[in-house]
Amino acid sequence: MADVLILIDHDGSKVAKTAAELATFGKRIGSPVGVLLSDSGKGEALAVQLNGTEFERVLLVENDEIARHGIAANVSAIAQVVAKTAPTALLIASSARGKEIAGRLAIRLGGGVITDAIDIATDLTTTQSVFGGSFTVQARVKVGTPVVTIRPSSIEAVTSSNNPAIEMFAIELDAIAKLVNVSEIKPPVKGGRPELTEAKIVVSGGRGTNGNFAEVEAMADLLGGAVGASRAATDAGWYPHTHQVGQTGKTVSPQLYIACGISGAIQHRAGMQTSKTIVAINKDPEAPIFDLADFGVVGDLFAVLPQAREGIKAKRA
Amino acid sequence: MKIAICVKQVPDSWAEKKMVDGRLDRESVDAVLNDLDEYAIEEALRIIEPLNEGKDTPEHTITLISMGPDRATEAIRKGLSMGADSGILVTDPALAASDAIATSRVLADVISKGGFDLVFCGTESTDARMSVIPAMLAERLSWAQLTFAGSVKVDAAARSVEIARVTESGVETMSANFPCVISVIEKINEPRYPSFKGIMAAKKKPIDVKGLSDIGVAAAEVGASGAWSTVASANARPPRDKGIKIEDSGDGGVKLADYLVEKRLV
Ligand SMILES: Cc1cc2nc3c(=O)[nH]c(=O)nc-3n(C[C@H](O)[C@H](O)[C@H](O)COP(=O)(O)OP(=O)(O)OC[C@H]3O[C@@H](n4cnc5c(N)ncnc54)[C@H](O)[C@@H]3O)c2cc1C
Ligand SMILES: Nc1ncnc2c1ncn2[C@@H]1O[C@H](COP(=O)(O)O)[C@@H](O)[C@H]1O
Repeated sequence: MADVLILIDHDGSKVAKTAAELATFGKRIGSPVGVLLSDSGKGEALAVQLNGTEFERVLLVENDEIARHGIAANVSAIAQVVAKTAPTALLIASSARGKEIAGRLAIRLGGGVITDAIDIATDLTTTQSVFGGSFTVQARVKVGTPVVTIRPSSIEAVTSSNNPAIEMFAIELDAIAKLVNVSEIKPPVKGGRPELTEAKIVVSGGRGTNGNFAEVEAMADLLGGAVGASRAATDAGWYPHTHQVGQTGKTVSPQLYIACGISGAIQHRAGMQTSKTIVAINKDPEAPIFDLADFGVVGDLFAVLPQAREGIKAKRA
Repeated sequence: MKIAICVKQVPDSWAEKKMVDGRLDRESVDAVLNDLDEYAIEEALRIIEPLNEGKDTPEHTITLISMGPDRATEAIRKGLSMGADSGILVTDPALAASDAIATSRVLADVISKGGFDLVFCGTESTDARMSVIPAMLAERLSWAQLTFAGSVKVDAAARSVEIARVTESGVETMSANFPCVISVIEKINEPRYPSFKGIMAAKKKPIDVKGLSDIGVAAAEVGASGAWSTVASANARPPRDKGIKIEDSGDGGVKLADYLVEKRLV
């Protein structure tokens, strides 16, 4: 079966959850082959984390220059792997970086690109959820090797007994791949909570928190969920930008989304309205968020949240 | 320094968007300048304004470049009223239904002929939401890609730029020499409102309207026929079922807990 190349996302020490998800999609189309770019000496510890996923092989590119020169260097390295392997498709996890790599690669390889797919079928037809989830679009790349980015948590990863073979792959970076110099990388501060896009439950706070996220966080922690925020809350500096949900933030589609003190502006809804169950707590009975809510409480979040926590604890006991 | 800014006219991001025949229905909603491109205009203005101060003829200029229908001149005019100097609109019936590959082809062609040092973009157009055009421009032009900037420092004398790239992967400090493609995030600044003087001045600023025949791109490379991907179908998502709404009269939290437990969500 033909290879499907999958770019492995990682933070230098840990492989992202999306890798196993993309392998599960890749298996539908062909033989999933991971492409892992890392600093020298760091690749193997990452590659072994793919044991037990559906990857059949991992092509390991160890080169210290890639991280030092940004997106163009990543693109150059991947293009060299593609040239040697002639895959049926290339799958990448949707993120700012993933989409930029996909866009440049498509041009370099002379083929079409589809971003933010939530599904891909055996015939490579993709499904996307557009305009904040109000439309579902089926599309196909018709020219060249399809480059497709797929949103995190679009599929439940399948496990296997594979221990993918690791093959070293050497690349060269030309001058154009090295136009940018990265002098410092500050990784995001990760708390103990799950990633927003990976979490099954997201509890979000907006302007209604008035800057006090303690109740929102306490609920998230009780439920093992992630914390999200509206743009009003991130603009005010109450919560980091990386937690923003919406058009210019993250798109989430968890089992349960709890919006606390969020009015439900169209740009916020764009990032959360495909959540399976939506709960809203808002003082204003006219708030548009209630149009989406499966369960809405018209009330003060500072009264409703602590009481709901006690209620859940009591039921669990 | 010659700066170009890619600006797009998009349906108002406050309006509900609809699809007709697999394409965004642009007729039914107001068209505005892409909100996120305003941050790019503001940032570029903040860079050149101090450098131009006290000069009769400004040495550093900003040209807005857009590809879109005729009426996209309105979006360009808005940017001119904020303070940009001139505009270029590429418009042609053959461009309708172009994908990002074709759009970047057209924009790169115009940029490469303009003698620009820097190109600014927003991080995404609020309609297409692909966030790929700036990276594609860097690829096509073989320019340095400095995207998702949360801050931009330009050294005009050294002809270099340093940005802080802010994404989910953290904050990366990166730099490059001119020419560069820069995209800026919405947290970078607070775009100004056009002043009355700015609006009046914008009426006299030049907008160069070009068709495909004026640039080096063939009709077959763009539009629906030139697209490298096609939409097979587009369907409205079924509306959500009407939910339960309760008024908190002292036991709202308890009722919420009951609902979550009953639905096995917690
Ligand atoms: C181009 C563009 C992109 C954007 N992108 C995003 C985005 O990605 N994400 C995003 O969220 N927004 C985005 N926005 C902003 C969006 O339009 C709204 O301004 C924002 O979502 C409002 O946030 P909010 O709901 O927290 O605040 P508000 O709209 O002010 O709502 C606060 C709500 O809290 C309620 N409230 C107050 N106190 C309490 C209390 N004690 N208990 C319960 N309820 C209370 C109020 O009734 C009100 O409904 C974008 C806007 C633009 C123009
Ligand atoms: N048709 C267009 N004309 C001019 N600039 C555009 C156009 N489409 C996209 N852009 C620029 O590219 C950025 C990213 O858009 P996108 O990749 O479509 O999400 C926007 O913020 C604009 O700066």
